[in-house]
Amino acid sequence: MRIPASLAFGAVVGAAFLVLALVGVFWTPHDVASLDISNRVKPPSSAHWLGTDHLGRDMASMLMVGARTSIAVAVVAVGIGAALGVPLGLLAAANHGGIADDLVMRFNDLVFAFPALVVAILITAVFGASAVNAIIAIGIFNIPVFARVSRGAALPLWTLDYTRTARVAGKGAARISAEHILPNILNLLIVQGTIQFSLGILAEAALSYVGLGAQPPTPSWGRMLAESQTLIGIAPRLAILPGLAIVLMVLGLNMMGDGLRDLLDPRLRRART
Amino acid sequence: MGWTREDYVDRATNFGAGNDGHSTPGRLATADGGKDSLARDRFVPGRTPRRSRGVRWTRRRPRLSVPSMIAHAVNRLISLSFSLVAASLVIFALVEVVPGDPAAFMLGLNASPETVAALRAELGLDGSAPARYLSWAGGMLTGDFGTSYTYRVPVSELVAARAGVSIPLALIALLLSTSIAIPVGLAAAAGRGGAADFGLMGAAQMGIAIPNFWFAMLLVLVFAIKLGWTSAGGFPGWEAGAGPALKALALPAVALALPQAAILSRVTRSALIETLDQDYIRTARAKGLSRGGAIRRHGLPNAMIPVLTILGLQFSFLLAGAIIIENVFFLPGLGRLIFQAITQRDLVVVESVVMLLVFAVILVTFLVDIAYAAVDPRLRRGR
Repeated sequence: MRIPASLAFGAVVGAAFLVLALVGVFWTPHDVASLDISNRVKPPSSAHWLGTDHLGRDMASMLMVGARTSIAVAVVAVGIGAALGVPLGLLAAANHGGIADDLVMRFNDLVFAFPALVVAILITAVFGASAVNAIIAIGIFNIPVFARVSRGAALPLWTLDYTRTARVAGKGAARISAEHILPNILNLLIVQGTIQFSLGILAEAALSYVGLGAQPPTPSWGRMLAESQTLIGIAPRLAILPGLAIVLMVLGLNMMGDGLRDLLDPRLRRART
Repeated sequence: MGWTREDYVDRATNFGAGNDGHSTPGRLATADGGKDSLARDRFVPGRTPRRSRGVRWTRRRPRLSVPSMIAHAVNRLISLSFSLVAASLVIFALVEVVPGDPAAFMLGLNASPETVAALRAELGLDGSAPARYLSWAGGMLTGDFGTSYTYRVPVSELVAARAGVSIPLALIALLLSTSIAIPVGLAAAAGRGGAADFGLMGAAQMGIAIPNFWFAMLLVLVFAIKLGWTSAGGFPGWEAGAGPALKALALPAVALALPQAAILSRVTRSALIETLDQDYIRTARAKGLSRGGAIRRHGLPNAMIPVLTILGLQFSFLLAGAIIIENVFFLPGLGRLIFQAITQRDLVVVESVVMLLVFAVILVTFLVDIAYAAVDPRLRRGR
């Protein structure tokens, strides 16, 4: 099986950021919590590879820790979406046309009616701005996405012979969903997870940018952008670097999603050969 | 910021039947029971082609049957009312029930008990939660959105003033993204697999990955700071004339439009490619139509169906995206109103503006749905 170029690119970029973020847990070139006002807004040098920000903090270290914040928020948000959405979708598919199906679909419609950002704002307005609330806000919007994808993918499987056989063998709907349906829709869920992950990175950046995400002193790409905005005429580097990090990460994840879809989707595979 | 991009595309391919994915089967919903009416409806065997009107016989002209249209509209209207009620309940619960005492929340920690009591009385918080919900929702229905605690003016006045910035901004961005995306999608689909396709879709990938607020900052850096063509933010107001006002909205609109254009061009391309694989295109080509002619006359009209849905959805995405962009450019729109209200803990404003935005989204979805059923009879219930 040939690995699509987009998948290779995306995987390399994603892995690079992951390594940076993980290394950032144990070691950063400089301490991101220590301010060095006399060295503020310095251009790149041997001591500070990417220069320093308006408080004299090392940009390279800030970006590394920012990657950790972004990845952590997005991963947990996707986890919430998948953990709640997939069972809901499987339940709806198993109960196709029934009350549970209807309820799940109505819930989906309701969540989709809210502009995601508006609800995130509402949640953070009431519960306070924090990374945890950002995760919850983003996670809520992942639930219907996963529910929809898993329901749509599971429905046709219920008409196939192996699920019928399982039913004849006396297995209940829950057991069939877990043992026969879930493994067969996992491919799609992985692709969707990658895409939701990239959207989570964007969402976290946007929330942090408007001050509703991770709070100081935790570095985050979005807040780095917000803090650099007033300095953009003097030190554009401060705004360009975190932005580039976001773009590269999201681009990598999107390409990984596309590549995975090419690789895993049997329909596309058939079309290619 | 399109948080649910895939759903976005998903809904488009579902013919805007997003409200009811399982009762109105669309392209993806064919799995729902093999009710694939697509190929069957586009070309109807046994029907006499009306050659007098050219080669359009591949598309069945929608017959506007009034009763089924009305039934569909009523059905959708009921669903819309349910969505609105559910949404208002959620918002009310989040804002007025969850924080405990909204009056204490709004006044902060240092407020004296007397002040809190006075505000409680002013906001009518002494009643039970259901009674308060009914009075809030009832007020909304009659255009009474309450009075802002910090501004001391009716919320409806605040909203009316701010909407004069946000709505034109979203509309300009919508226009811009459409006029970029459709030609790009068309060019990419026409040259599928070629260099143009690769280049344009690569650019679209980039466009989707760029956060609109960062793009906005780059625009400010280049056009306001380096080139000095426009100001870096602020809004002179429509009183200053259409020219200066539009100039102030130009950069924000571009920043908002770019990511949407990237999404829309991808949808246009894939919708076009899908229609180009259909038999009726081959038939048209076999009958001597040029490739470009076949795309224009048969590919594009059919591909417009998912594209139009996305357009309807984009308005609400743009309205929400404007919240962030308005903060980049310090535009006095609804987005800044929400943020100011949040920092001032003015829950009355937050609650009402959020409800209005949700209403706008639900309404646009409803309108797209109805417009759709008028164009595409397959989406009407019971057919």
